[in-house]
Amino acid sequence: MSPMFYLYLSAVLFTLGAVGVLLRRNAIVVFMCIELMLNAANLALVTFSRINGNLDGQIIAFFVMVVAAAEVVVGLAVIVAVFRTRRSASVDDVNLLKY
Amino acid sequence: MLTTHAASGVFSVTWLIIAIPLASAAVLILGGRRTDRWGHLLGVAAPLASFVLGLVEFATLVGKPEVERSIDNHVFGWTIVEGFHADIGLQVDALSISFVLLITGVGSLIHIYSIGYMAHDPKRRLFFGYFNLFVAAMLLLVLGDNYLALYIGWEGVGLASYLLIGFWSYKPSAATAAKKAFVVNRVGDFGLSVAIMVMFATFGTFSFTGVFSAVHGADPATLNAIGLLLLLGACGKSAQVPLQSWLLDAMEGPTPVSALIHAATMVTAGVYLVARSAPIFDLAPTAQLAVTVVGAVTLLFGAIIGCAKDDIKKALAASTMSQIGYMILAVGLGPAGYAFGIAHLLTHGFFKAGLFLGAGSVMHATKDEVDMRRFGGLAKPMPLTFATFGLAYLAIIGFPGLSGWFTKDAIIDAAYHKGGTSGFVLGSAALIGAGITAFYMSRVVFMTFLGRPRWEADVHPHESPKVMTWPMILLAVGSIGAGYVLMLGGRFANFLAPVVGHSEEPSVQPASTAGLVTLAAMVVGVGIAALMYLRRPVPAVAPAGSFATVAARRDLYGDAFNESVFMRPGQYLTRLLVFFDNRVVDGAVNGIAAFFGGFSGRLRYVQTGFVRSYALSMLGGVAILVAALLMVRG
Amino acid sequence: MSPTILAAMHTSGTEAALFWIFGPIAVLAALGVVFARNTVHAALMLGGVMLILALFYAAQDAPFLAFVQVIVYTGAVMMLFLFVLMLVGVDTKERLVETLRGQRLATVVAGLGFLLLLIAGIGNAAIRTSEGLANANYPTNAAGQIQSGGNIYQVAKLIFTRYVFAFEVTSALLITAALGAMVLAHRQRVMPRRTQYELMRERFVRGAHPTPLPGPGVYARHNAVDTPALLPDGSFSELSVPTRIRELSAEQGRRPVPSSLGSAAGSDRSSAEGDER
Repeated sequence: MSPMFYLYLSAVLFTLGAVGVLLRRNAIVVFMCIELMLNAANLALVTFSRINGNLDGQIIAFFVMVVAAAEVVVGLAVIVAVFRTRRSASVDDVNLLKY
Repeated sequence: MLTTHAASGVFSVTWLIIAIPLASAAVLILGGRRTDRWGHLLGVAAPLASFVLGLVEFATLVGKPEVERSIDNHVFGWTIVEGFHADIGLQVDALSISFVLLITGVGSLIHIYSIGYMAHDPKRRLFFGYFNLFVAAMLLLVLGDNYLALYIGWEGVGLASYLLIGFWSYKPSAATAAKKAFVVNRVGDFGLSVAIMVMFATFGTFSFTGVFSAVHGADPATLNAIGLLLLLGACGKSAQVPLQSWLLDAMEGPTPVSALIHAATMVTAGVYLVARSAPIFDLAPTAQLAVTVVGAVTLLFGAIIGCAKDDIKKALAASTMSQIGYMILAVGLGPAGYAFGIAHLLTHGFFKAGLFLGAGSVMHATKDEVDMRRFGGLAKPMPLTFATFGLAYLAIIGFPGLSGWFTKDAIIDAAYHKGGTSGFVLGSAALIGAGITAFYMSRVVFMTFLGRPRWEADVHPHESPKVMTWPMILLAVGSIGAGYVLMLGGRFANFLAPVVGHSEEPSVQPASTAGLVTLAAMVVGVGIAALMYLRRPVPAVAPAGSFATVAARRDLYGDAFNESVFMRPGQYLTRLLVFFDNRVVDGAVNGIAAFFGGFSGRLRYVQTGFVRSYALSMLGGVAILVAALLMVRG
Repeated sequence: MSPTILAAMHTSGTEAALFWIFGPIAVLAALGVVFARNTVHAALMLGGVMLILALFYAAQDAPFLAFVQVIVYTGAVMMLFLFVLMLVGVDTKERLVETLRGQRLATVVAGLGFLLLLIAGIGNAAIRTSEGLANANYPTNAAGQIQSGGNIYQVAKLIFTRYVFAFEVTSALLITAALGAMVLAHRQRVMPRRTQYELMRERFVRGAHPTPLPGPGVYARHNAVDTPALLPDGSFSELSVPTRIRELSAEQGRRPVPSSLGSAAGSDRSSAEGDER
């Protein structure tokens, strides 16, 4: 089996995450889908690291995790704040900033 | 002839002649109400001072040998840049000192007269301010030693004329007349300015000496062009056909204004311009012929209009137009005519000013009535006015021995002496003009002073105060005597010779054949007028009249011509341009704006506020990006 | 690809088996994340995907990342997700009707297109050989001796040498994120805190029940939780039955009515006080 298959798997997971972001209205699920995309990217990075024979890919995947953690913290805080004022976690309800 | 001499002695303060009235004008115009009490005295003192200075200079100049009678006085460098020197300098010579004396002399008399005439006007102080401004500008016009200085004065008198015609600007007719005078003058000024530009382009200088010493090697076509453009300028300022239409309307101004600006001085600036530019015209036969034609046409034009006008001031204005036509005709004749043209200008300055002041006196006595059909028999209550007016009248129709006889006959004679068909035609035109002049001036006198009184019941004519009559008396004296002083023995011609050249002809004999015929024409004209206006009663309402009368009443359709040829096509052109601007230019601009406005108005609905729509666009963009990368990588 | 390269890229049979078993499961779990109606289910599916990825990291010679994945993602991040889920409302079920016109179709088209492009790109990529991480994790010196202690040692070395600056910056990022979360979640108190006295007054002015509510089943034939207590006049006290139990009974078509003592008395004085709980 070639490591290339990890890349294909990564592509599939990433696309699924993107589709989830586009289809789901619950802000929390949208967030989960974003996490899914980040994880897919991490898988690709780790695979690249293996294919290239050095560890830089793993380091970058590590940084991605750190950034993702920070993002989740802030993002969920935003969701809570929005929910508190609007009593809704639907991203479609947060549409005041428009034409 | 062209050499000038540096100023010394009294000539080094020539600038004061201009500066005194200018300073006085500044004080009177800017001083406001606090100068109201003594403003008119200052306004009279300023031209008097200039007159005294001019007299001293004149005496000094006459005392010099003939070759040294041109004194140049550099005042200051105005604009000095690489290759362009515009200096303000003053040139005192025979021609300019004659004008200085006329302007300040007659001007002072009319100033004095105005004290009485404007006594009841609340803005008398301002009137004197404008009057002084005019005098200063006119003096700069005649004293300048280059065309640029002349042009400044030229525009200055135009401004003063505008301000004074519109002095009673609460009258719509006065405001309109001022505007009309200004606009028509602009056409002439345009010609003068272009002429100056052509001069600078051709000769590289504005100064009289520089230009006149360069003309001998110049291309005749260029000289003709300059000459014709100068003629255009002269036509505008001197109310010659085809730019004559403003002068009759300009009579809306106060009568002293009509006397000083629109009879004695400013309107003769065109004559001065042609005479001053004599070296150019002497080498430009086409332009010279055009000058004579314009003069001849205008003298008949003005005379015919004068026959039909019932408004005394307009009749006099038409007469002015006609007399200036004589002068223009004279100066168009070349060296033979310059001296006569200028001499007629000086004598005309006296008697026409006298006529206008007389008219002003009559109006003063009859509650500002100007319709001659409401005068009649004024000789009895106003004997002094009648006497001075009558003397000036005799002078203008060329009664033997009075000043007009000397100068006008000389012009007619000179025109016949030109020889050839053109000389005969021009001379005959002048001769006929003299006959018509006699007719219409007699008409004015008969309708105003003789016959049965026709004035309104509440009008009580009375003689004017002394401050008004004395200037009239002095001008009447000038009307009698100026001819002797100037013309006997060719004195004035010799005096002017260094400036405008020698006449080949000997001094004109007063008793020549042409002179006798002229005399006969004058007698016929007076006789016809006597038959029509003395023997028969004058109707209080103007009769319908023949076609010719109607045409003359309407200024020979000068206004109608301007209106149909220039005004209406101009209006159509403006309308077309407005339409073009509105529809095409604005249409394009507004169309583009509307397109982007509408497009943006629709485009903004892309901003739905739904995060998922934005995310979809991002995914589409990323897909396109990946596709592009793949295509580039192959 | 040439046979030698193919050989170089081949991995062990164990790993292949691992991939072919867990790879499809990961895809299914991801599908579950996207399509599960229940948010908690989606979260659990995501946790599954993350665990499988941790497994794959381990299989690809990245043990450090595998543990970090489990600890940070499945441990911390997923717990945070579930915590917020509980806060926001665990029982809100999303309606799956699409409200944006054309969004669903466009998403499918764009997603499929993107996926195909990615796969084409990966297939086209000029990857000739897989180096493997043996050398990177266990570098040897000229004499052939192993220099260091494996993946974690090498990763740490890289983080604290080449990537030290980025690493320090991430600390700033994390602190900022923590502060941001506190700021966002903080609620400004606009009125002074109400004292117990005020709370009490408020309650009695409204005419609330002054004493503790009766427990279910008191004086009734049964003391089951869904049996209302009997009031002194013999009628039912609806207040004695917890709201949730009342709802459940209503859902199942039952009313909490005692079997023998039931009479018509209770229904008329019940529901007005019902929301106090």
